[in-house]
Order: sequence, then structure tokens, then C-alpha cells
Amino acid sequence: MVVDGFRLEEKLHKGGMATLWRVVRTDGADSTQAPLMMKIPILGDNNDPTAIVGFEVEQMVMPKLSGAHVPHYVASGDFTGLPYIVMEQIAGNSLRSRFDQAPLACEEVASIGARVAAALHDLHRQQVIHHDIKPSNIMFRASGEAVLIDYGLARHDKLPDLLAEEFRVPMGTAPYMSPEQVQHIRNDPRSDLFALGAVLYHLCTGKRALGNPGSLRGLRRRLFRDAVPPRALNPQVPPWLQEVIMRCLEVDPAKRYDTAAQLAFDLNNPQQVTLTARAAKIRRDGMATVAKRWLRSIGTEALPQQSAGGQLSQSPIVVAAIDLAQGSEALSELLRMAARRIVQTAPGARLACVTVQKTNRIAIDVTVDKQGQNVHVKMLVGLKHWARHLQLPADKITFHVLEAPDPAAAIVDYARSNDVDHIVIGSRGSSSLRRYLGSVSSQVVAQADCTVTVVKAPAPSAQAAKTGAVGAVQLPTEYNL
Amino acid sequence: MLIAILTDLHSNREALSACLASAEQRGAQRYAFLGDLVGYGADPGWVVDTVMAYAQSGALVVCGNHDEAVSGEVRRQMNPEARRAVEWTRSQLNEKQRDFLRTLPLTAGSHDCLFVHASAANPAQWSYITGSVEAVRSMHATHSRITFCGHVHDPALYNLSPTGKVAAFTPTPDYAIPLSSHRRWLAIPGAVGQPRDGNPAACYALFDDARDELTFMRVPYDHASAAEKIIAAGLPPAFASRLALGL
Repeated sequence: MVVDGFRLEEKLHKGGMATLWRVVRTDGADSTQAPLMMKIPILGDNNDPTAIVGFEVEQMVMPKLSGAHVPHYVASGDFTGLPYIVMEQIAGNSLRSRFDQAPLACEEVASIGARVAAALHDLHRQQVIHHDIKPSNIMFRASGEAVLIDYGLARHDKLPDLLAEEFRVPMGTAPYMSPEQVQHIRNDPRSDLFALGAVLYHLCTGKRALGNPGSLRGLRRRLFRDAVPPRALNPQVPPWLQEVIMRCLEVDPAKRYDTAAQLAFDLNNPQQVTLTARAAKIRRDGMATVAKRWLRSIGTEALPQQSAGGQLSQSPIVVAAIDLAQGSEALSELLRMAARRIVQTAPGARLACVTVQKTNRIAIDVTVDKQGQNVHVKMLVGLKHWARHLQLPADKITFHVLEAPDPAAAIVDYARSNDVDHIVIGSRGSSSLRRYLGSVSSQVVAQADCTVTVVKAPAPSAQAAKTGAVGAVQLPTEYNL
Repeated sequence: MLIAILTDLHSNREALSACLASAEQRGAQRYAFLGDLVGYGADPGWVVDTVMAYAQSGALVVCGNHDEAVSGEVRRQMNPEARRAVEWTRSQLNEKQRDFLRTLPLTAGSHDCLFVHASAANPAQWSYITGSVEAVRSMHATHSRITFCGHVHDPALYNLSPTGKVAAFTPTPDYAIPLSSHRRWLAIPGAVGQPRDGNPAACYALFDDARDELTFMRVPYDHASAAEKIIAAGLPPAFASRLALGL
């Protein structure tokens, strides 16, 4: 059978909502391209409105998405003929296939979590909330990146939310649905973090965090009743991972991670996770706490100004790249001022203080200095000293000593792999030697994918006058890339 | 085909020029003007001449309540300031321009789109679509899948599902919204000449009928000059001051 230039080759799957077919283009144009799949909704005899509207939503949202974490959209057919979506077929099985083997090793759970969180951040950056994160909607490319599928419940900041008005029941999958989804709130990207928390909980304990309720009353229990701490079910779960999972499962979205990038950051840097009472919990909250949450759960309403894009813009990950070398104290003070200004304007901002321990490309590295002190530890101490005056809460700041032969490349790599939004870096003047050799900051500006602020110390005024510079150099100078 | 839809021009030459330039730059191939070419602003003659020229090359133009008032009887329910503006506007227009306004139709259609100034439920009554109830009434009154209307100056997009559920949406500028063929849509591009949603930038919309995608647009324009001309013409100062605020 051929539909709009696609030949249906093989039925891949028949689910409750849709049938999936492997298809090829009849014009043969894509013989070398990725395999394609056609999704045809099962609308049933009574034209189930959820199936129809979900498919409409998917047809609206998918063409707007791009990147490695979503199946590449190819074409769609509308309801006047045969409704379908043709998209890239992602090879392999979904995460559902790993669920029966739970509990999995915690390192694997963390790795899965970090990759799914990175995919979620990419989705949220495109102003889309998924609203149905669950094992069967998570796949992985051969290269390891997570791919999120099924956008039938998604909400796009800039498109009409067809589901919100159509249905007055909670939409999602019961074991993973966030408390706010139960309350029909659909504009908070942190709902997806809750769902991911429930997925990770199951993977490391083998149990569902909140059961699988079939009634609205059962679903509403998660507004006040918390999950059994994972360590009570599986003592192999390290405290840091319990901290991360329980933070995702917080009833109040404001107590969860601000963004998926910040969650991925913690899953990738376990030693940097700030442990709170969540990490130490061995049993569920007492009745007094539960009763308090129950009272609060009555009458929560959506904030109309909330959105995926809005949440991300107020919760950036900022890197301060600090040079701890002697003689750069004045510059490092200016760098701190610039970092403070950036972090203060965004309530959910997180600051990563980074320095680079330069290693030799060929020669053997010296790990202790002349006084016999461990260089790495000394640099860490230096970073913490630099940040002391910022007085940021422990969960908003982290410290990293990168070891690399090329400091600029190390900073750029670090920013890329941690979804950093903004780098603040100092530049030490512009001597002719520096111009000749190239500076770290200019290399970072040229190569980074995110905004970079370069901080410079003022030129001595006498010199400025002599060279005819126009007034004092403005500080800090910002270059937005 | 890409259609530029402009409504509530209100004699604002600066805003209309800016919107037309933007539409041309975006590659608009066809134009639709949803009425209220005149009223409030200081350049009725220029605006009517411009729209007449577009009409001659195939643009759709429908009549608005201000156009009707200027070319015919001033209706009693119009407020005194608006009525003064109507009388001033009439004095500024020549016979040909007034004839053009007088002969404008109340509705125009093209494929599955309806173009009308106010609610399609009763176009000559000039009822406002200020919410879902009025939007449904208008969508039920037409067989067209997509209705474009003005009269209300704030941009809005309503849709009606086959099960009868209606939803309102406040669009974000310059983002293409696919209009599912499975439902009815009612789009209000917002006013070219007198935006009232707190943003002084002029509004219009672009509809791509091949891709079924609608893009709401906002175009900053020189509202200070438009306001100065209103003052110089001796029109009520409030007509001038609101342009800078978009109120």
C-alpha cells in the first residue's frame, strides 16, 4: 500500500493508540537515509476524542522540534484523508525493556537519568513540555543519546494547548504523572522532572514510587503522600542518588530542580550533590507533614505566566572561569562582581566555579607543588575562597578543577557537556605577546556555544591618556555571542 | 499562497506603511483588509488611497463600523469623541474615497476562509468577539473553516473542536501556528493603527494557505509622528497619547 508517496513495508507495532509501520519513499530519494516509520492513529468506532486530539497535538508539535533527542519529523497527513505522521525510526527497544531487570546498578541508573535529563533540557529549550515521560517513551541512539518519543500530551509555549480545554481529567500516565498534572496544571516544565524521578526510582528499587492508581482519588494521594525512600528498599542506592530522586519527586515543583540541565549536572557530578535531609531519610514523612501537604493541596492553581521557556530563562547554569595565578587578584574581584550580577538577576541560577590545572601534553605531570601540597586540592581550596564572598547557598554553587593541556578547550568542553548557559571569564590586558599567542578568553569567546562575558581590569588612567584611549575602559565589557 | 491580513488601520499612515513593508519583505502574495480603514488617526485620505490601490490589484477589503459611519449616517451609539473624529475624517475625504468606503461589502470569502470586520454571527451589528462565547457564536454562523476578523484590537486565536469545545489562545508574535484541519478557527490579528494590548507595535497576520499556518506579527513603527499629526489636526489628544502606550 502506498500513502502520499510512502510505501508501507511492514507493521512494526500495534499499540492502544496507534499502529506503526516501516515505510520507504516510493520516489527512492532516501535509499541512503535513516529508516522511516509511519504512525497511524487508531481512532476507533466512537472516534475517541483523546486519541484524535493527542494526534492533532503531535502533528502540531513534532514539526517544530529538532535535534538529536527527538525523532526527525518527515511528513504528516491530516484528518481530511488518512491521518498519519512519518518520522525517523529509532532503532532498538525503549527503556521499558530494561524495567523487568530492575533494580539496576546505580551507576547505570545515574547514566540513564543524566542522558534523559539532557534530552528533556533540549526539549524544554524548544519550549515544549513532554507530559508523558515514562519508560516506553524513552529510547536511546547507538551513540548513547536519549530520544524522547510520543508528543500526544505535549504542550508548546507558543501554540494553542488543544488538550487543556478539551479535557477536564488529568492527562498523563498514572505511575509517572506529577502532582500538578493531577491538578490539571500543564505549563510547568518541572512536571517532566517529577516523571523522570519516578522512572529512576523504579529503575533503582524495582518498585513504583507512587503505585499505579486507577482513580482520580488515587492519583490525588501524591499531592500529600510521599514515596518510601529508595534506600529503604535497596540499601545499595547511595545517599546522593536518593537525594536526587527524592528532590525530583517533591510535591512542590519549586522544591525540585529548577531545570533538567541542573538535574543532569548532579547526575553527572555525584560528588557535588549537596546532601540534605532527603538523602538520610529511611521512612516516609510523618502524619503531621502529610496533613499539612493535604491542606495545601486544596486549591492549587496554575500561574498563567509559567512556561517552559520562562522557567529556563530564570534558571541558567553559569560558569565562572577563574584564574588562580598570582597577580590576578584585582581581576578575580571584578570577575566575582560580574558573576554576582548575573546570578542575582536569575533566581534559579546555579554557579559552577571552574579552574584549569594545566597538564603537559607529553611530559609527566607534577601533582604536588614545591611545598609538597597537592595541586588539585590547593586549587579547589582557592576556588572556594574566591566564592566565599558570594554567599550562595550550597545547592546553588559547585567547584571544579579541570585537568587539561589546553585551558580554553577544557572550559568550552565543560560548558558544552553540562548545558551551560553563560560563561564569565577574565581577560588579562592586551599585551602584544598575548595578542600573538592568543588569550584563553578570546578562544572561549570564539568556540563556546553559549553567551560569554569577558571581564577586563581597567587600564591605568595615565596610560590610557597617553595612548589616547577614549575615557576609562568600561567594566565589565560584555560580548554576547 | 501567503496572505497578509490587516485590520483596524484607523487612519494611521505610519503603522500601515510599516506593516505593508513587513508583509512585502515576508513575501506576502495577497492582501486582505478587514475594515476600519479610518477613524482616530490623522491620515484617512492616504490610508484609503493606499487600500484602494491594493484593492485594484486584487486585495480583499471589507467594511468596518468606522468606514460605515464616515460614508453614511453616524450611528447614535458612537461615543461623542469618536463621532467628532468621524465628522473630521469625513471632511478630509474626497467623493471617490467616500464612495469606496460606502461600497465595501460586509464579508468576503476565499477558499475556506471568511473575512469580516466583527462577529460573523451578524456582521452589520458590529458585535465584538471578546471571549469564547462570542467566538463560538461567530464560528457557528459560518461554514468557513477559518474566520478572520477585527473590531477587537487585541490579537487572539480561538478554536472549536468537533466535540464543541472552544479554546482561546493569546498568540506570540512571529511564530507559525499550524491550524489543524480538524477544527474551526477564528483569528483576530489585532489592530494595525491602534493596538490596545499594552504593546504599541502595530499588529497584522500572515496566513499561508498551502501549509495552513498562521503567523501573528508585531511591527514597531514611528508612533510619535502619528501622535503629533493627531494633535496638529485638532483631534482629541487621547487618540494621540494612547498610541505610545498601546492602550
